[in-house]
Amino acid sequence: MDQDVSKHNGFIRFIQNTMNSVLSGGKQYITRFKTGSIGTKMSHLVMGSGNIYHKQFAKGLIFLGLQVLFLSIFIFNPEINNTPIGFKALGNFITLGTEEGTLFGALADNSMLMLLFGVVTFGLIMVFIITYLTNIKSAYASDLLVRSGAKPTTFKDDVTALFDSRFHVLLLTPTIIGVLTFTILPTLFMIFIAFTDFDREVRPGLNLFKWVGFENFTAIFTGTGEIAERFFPVLGWTLIWAFFATFTCYIAGILLALVINKRTVKFKKLWRTVFILTIALPQFISLLAMQQILSEHGPVNAALLNIGLIDEPFAFLSQAKTATTARISVLTINLWIGVPYTMLMTSGILMNVPKDTYEAAQIDGASKRQAFFNITAPYIIFITTPYLITSFIGNITSFNIIFLLTGGEPNVPGNIAGKTDLLVTWLYRLTIEEGDVNIGSVIAIFTFIITASATLISYRRSKAYKEEDTFQ
Amino acid sequence: MMTIEDPMNKKQAIPELKVHHKSAKKQELRSTIFAYVVLIALALLWLYPIMWIVLHSFRVEFRDGILIGTVVSHYIPKGFGLNNFVNLFQNTLFPRWFLNTLFVATVSFILSTIMTLSVAYVMSKIKFRQRKLFLNIAIIVGLFPGFMSMIAIYYILKALGLTETLFALILVYSAGSGLGFYVAKGFFDIIPNSLIESARIDGATNLIIFTKIVLPISKPIIIYTALLAFTGPWMDFIFARVILGETNRHLHTVAVGLYYMVHGSQYADGNQFTMFAAGSLIVAVPIVTLFLMMQRYYIEGVTAGAVKG
Repeated sequence: MDQDVSKHNGFIRFIQNTMNSVLSGGKQYITRFKTGSIGTKMSHLVMGSGNIYHKQFAKGLIFLGLQVLFLSIFIFNPEINNTPIGFKALGNFITLGTEEGTLFGALADNSMLMLLFGVVTFGLIMVFIITYLTNIKSAYASDLLVRSGAKPTTFKDDVTALFDSRFHVLLLTPTIIGVLTFTILPTLFMIFIAFTDFDREVRPGLNLFKWVGFENFTAIFTGTGEIAERFFPVLGWTLIWAFFATFTCYIAGILLALVINKRTVKFKKLWRTVFILTIALPQFISLLAMQQILSEHGPVNAALLNIGLIDEPFAFLSQAKTATTARISVLTINLWIGVPYTMLMTSGILMNVPKDTYEAAQIDGASKRQAFFNITAPYIIFITTPYLITSFIGNITSFNIIFLLTGGEPNVPGNIAGKTDLLVTWLYRLTIEEGDVNIGSVIAIFTFIITASATLISYRRSKAYKEEDTFQ
Repeated sequence: MMTIEDPMNKKQAIPELKVHHKSAKKQELRSTIFAYVVLIALALLWLYPIMWIVLHSFRVEFRDGILIGTVVSHYIPKGFGLNNFVNLFQNTLFPRWFLNTLFVATVSFILSTIMTLSVAYVMSKIKFRQRKLFLNIAIIVGLFPGFMSMIAIYYILKALGLTETLFALILVYSAGSGLGFYVAKGFFDIIPNSLIESARIDGATNLIIFTKIVLPISKPIIIYTALLAFTGPWMDFIFARVILGETNRHLHTVAVGLYYMVHGSQYADGNQFTMFAAGSLIVAVPIVTLFLMMQRYYIEGVTAGAVKG
């Protein structure tokens, strides 16, 4: 109950804070316009004029240049591959192209680029607004300096400030630019694609695609088609896989760590190194090797044939007769990959089990087993819970193991999604291999929602978040 | 069972323990032997695939005068030699793939390390107005699956007619790397603020504090970040495969090139497995050596990240 109330308050407070800062920000700009010098007033029309007014020529000219650059992009709509960026792109974003291609080789409007450039143009407008506001702020700051009798900062001062009082701007800028272009822009692009009919029939530049609203979502969740039929089985197996992959590795890893850390066992470092070796080995090597080891002519089948357990080679992976066989195989091989990680993680923790509690328990006559189940085990579980959640999320999106071992097979006849396909491998096959980008995008969004909500819940509950400020 | 309250019981318990001392020792010995048996069995199980690849890479067997490259069912090869390695260097683009990967790994590890440490330091030690806002945005953006943007980038590059290049791959690896700042931030959080404040009082700028005071005492976290960033491109398979395309064989990284040797493409050839093994060995030896040398830093980083959550 209490927690609910505080969460609720937190949310309301968040809204209030945002509203307040927007309001006070707006008010500030009004005062800036009213009380600013003629230069500041001019800056509202011609960017940089406030700075030029205060003889900060370099800064002023940079603002002016940016304004010219932005406006000319918006007005002249430069084209890349016959598709404009600028105000025209906003219109194109709504229609996604009107010019159909013809059989005689005339190219259609490129719907995909139109969508992309629409998003890019929108981004440019946002950047322009931020630059515009910065320009006014900068002009007004110089006003204030002059009014208080000081000199406006020189260009050299501004550059030096980047290495001192505004060092965070310098350090964050590359990441912000990188994330905007390589994470946010592509992600937005994918989200928009989910609302179009960009499927395997469409080749951008030759045919158009159009907005279809929530059609793809309803096709998956309520439809009866091929995709809808496979969606819930794939989702189900993804969750089963994530659950078992996480817990088998977790338990086996802890047991292994306990054995290695047993007081009487010698060469602890050597044993640990053996298992770290497999972490260091690139997965494409170890997984492809595993696949060959378990293949028809591989050593495992040879051994089984020799002993006489089987009469003909047994198919463990993509050729497996039943889904369950293939699934057990991948879960088992996943142990080989995953156990060393948990072992490493828990080895460190085991050394830190509070010794005094342990000794107290022994004096009280607790047996080793009792001490383990009442002290060591709860401690390990308590401290590794965040790891458990992250590894569960990691397993939902674990691509390599399935892709390199079975490629999602054994296949379901007449269907793209195989019996071992996870959401992510299915997504890969749908988009990169088959070209059903719209359906793939819906699945990507869905996967994102699952992993993101799990992460946010665990993160908000974690010590690191709650105590973030106590470190400071 | 005895109780804590009664001191009499405790006194009685001590001789009892002595009586059982011998059998306890025996039991201890038995459990130790059991532990060794388990460890040896598991170690063999974990090392077997590695040994198997090594054996295959040196295997030289002929059938009708032609080198057999497929998987065979006998355990110990009938002949050893360097033929697979010679083949790999003379008849495939492996040297080119190796240099490609080295180039990508070097550039992106430098970029990623700088960006990751920068963001971590800002989030940990510099107080600025929107700090908490940035932290929250970074966490939410960090949840976007890289996989999703990878597919979009693939289509964007294709639509723009930009041929797949190593440069694009470098950008994909390093552009978002700053978001993986948590472990490094955790490290910087531990550095006492007083150290930074006293430097400030002495007139040091933020640049000087970061480069001359904080970085020199942050060797473990620098090595951890750099190690992961450098080995990443050697291990990554799927991003390289999607971004570089199947047909540009001269642009492939080792992972993609070796994968296509044995699997799912027009170039796949069942008879190249021993060559795949030889290539894997050449890739794995330096990477594994690097990991083992930096083991201490790796373990420190991994466990710190896990426990903090």
